[in-house]
Amino acid sequence: MDQRSKLLRRSIVDALQGGRRGHLGSSMSMVEILRVLFDSFLQYRPHEPLWADRDRFILSKGHGCLSLYAILADKGFFPTEELLTFCAPTSRLGGHPELGKLPGVEASTGALGHGLSIAVGMALGAKIRKQTHRIVVVTGDGEINEGSVWEAAMSASKHQLSALTVLVDYNKLQSYGTTREVLDLEPLADKWRSFGFEVQEVDGHDVPALETLVKRLPLNPHKPTAIICHTVKGKGFPFAEGKAEWHHKSGLTLNDIAAMYDCLN
Amino acid sequence: MRKTSLDMVYQLAKEDPRIVFIGSDLGPGVLDGMKKEIPERFFMEGVSEQHVIGMAAGLALSGFIPYINTIATFLTRRCYEQVALDLCLQDLPVRLIASGGGGVYAPLGPTHLAVEDLAIMRVLPNLAVCAPCDAQEMRRLMSASVEWPHPMYIRLAKGGDAVVSKADLGFQIGKAILMQEPRDGMFVTTGVMTQLALQAIDKLSAEGISCGLLHMHTIKPLDGEALRHWIPKVAAVVTVEEHTRIGGLGSAVLELCSDEIPEQTAKLSRLGLPDRFADQYGTQETLLTHWGLTVDALCNEMRKKLQKV
Repeated sequence: MDQRSKLLRRSIVDALQGGRRGHLGSSMSMVEILRVLFDSFLQYRPHEPLWADRDRFILSKGHGCLSLYAILADKGFFPTEELLTFCAPTSRLGGHPELGKLPGVEASTGALGHGLSIAVGMALGAKIRKQTHRIVVVTGDGEINEGSVWEAAMSASKHQLSALTVLVDYNKLQSYGTTREVLDLEPLADKWRSFGFEVQEVDGHDVPALETLVKRLPLNPHKPTAIICHTVKGKGFPFAEGKAEWHHKSGLTLNDIAAMYDCLN
Repeated sequence: MRKTSLDMVYQLAKEDPRIVFIGSDLGPGVLDGMKKEIPERFFMEGVSEQHVIGMAAGLALSGFIPYINTIATFLTRRCYEQVALDLCLQDLPVRLIASGGGGVYAPLGPTHLAVEDLAIMRVLPNLAVCAPCDAQEMRRLMSASVEWPHPMYIRLAKGGDAVVSKADLGFQIGKAILMQEPRDGMFVTTGVMTQLALQAIDKLSAEGISCGLLHMHTIKPLDGEALRHWIPKVAAVVTVEEHTRIGGLGSAVLELCSDEIPEQTAKLSRLGLPDRFADQYGTQETLLTHWGLTVDALCNEMRKKLQKV
């Protein structure tokens, strides 16, 4: 893990320290996905967050918001010190991201299975107005248990929304246990393919591989893209990696926090 | 009423490039003219109400004003979380045009009836809840809807309903319309129960009982000013709605009275549907009779409240 990935994870731990709670596992699995999107793909202006031609990013798995907050702070959408206010009563950084509170948050998410439909609407809006910005969605794997995701997928395909890319954070663990055990998603790539998407699979922690892939978007000029990112839940924290118990933690102690910082040294 | 509302979407869309239409899986030929003339703003998205609401939210977040039409119960119960979060939490100007409010789909049974829609929509912050009484009022509502900055739920009746609204009484979302000035008692109605109450008023008038009518085409935001003004002026108030007695217009009026004019609550009576799923088919009329929403029932309730039985 390089220094930048550690730096972003450190910001997440800062927020966890502030709130003493959070979806650690779900946030850590997608640090590299968001890093590559914001470093190498998305067009945006942190000081003009509503710039009309910006690319739209929707974190459909809103519970992974610590990762989003870390990258938005890193990019200057808001001061990094504000991470420490995570979940405080008057904070702009809630346990799920909300539209209108924090610059850079394009939709209120948290209830699962909403983001892709909203993204389809945004992509259709861009198409009507002949705008060229892209729309990127990150979903969880447990999230795509929701039938609404597949309604949205059919619609994206019907409208040939090539400006739309969905990245699935496929860490193979949902709240109760493994996705295989709870509600098996396999064959996942074939599912997206059969719903009309151009599909690629990638190691979701391999920064160069992710960079190479996003630079090729859209993968097909007539289809939306699905990128299945194979990831590790809790990546970077051996005590949490691959453990469903770390999907969400509350009552984090200073010892827990210290152990997390230790992992990043 | 439905035809008028959809024709209005088309008319408004011709004048305003922000307006888009989304249907789920409506009957063949719906809005063919719009589909032909403005195909890029006409969507028929299939039996996928959850997605349709989210998609409308995405369009609204991009500066559009989406009008969605499908059967009321599928536009409320089926996609309630999307309505609550995608539209209401984000406070987006999406309009839900709900076909078949109340007992319209009587022959199709309880899976297709929307008799608790006003209640479950009314509890959502930011959402306006409207039930116009006829096609002419629908036309005025649709015109007013364009610039309403929040989400709206618009309940349709069967269609072909007697036109009782009057253009010269004006129309403003959130403002009740006094269709008849009260003396002894007052009916407070929404949707096509306004027609029923007008018949009751005629009948009572023949008996020398003079009743007024406050038509609430908007249940939320509730016109508290009109209610606070008129309720103290009469001896009895009967609310009438084609909706369960729990949570709809009657509840809203009662809540207002309890909160703001508590000394007036005893004069209030609420007519609506019993707390059970429809147990008959037939027609809207037979079902309304079965439910006890008839001109005679309205008259009886008013007489009872006025102690003129």
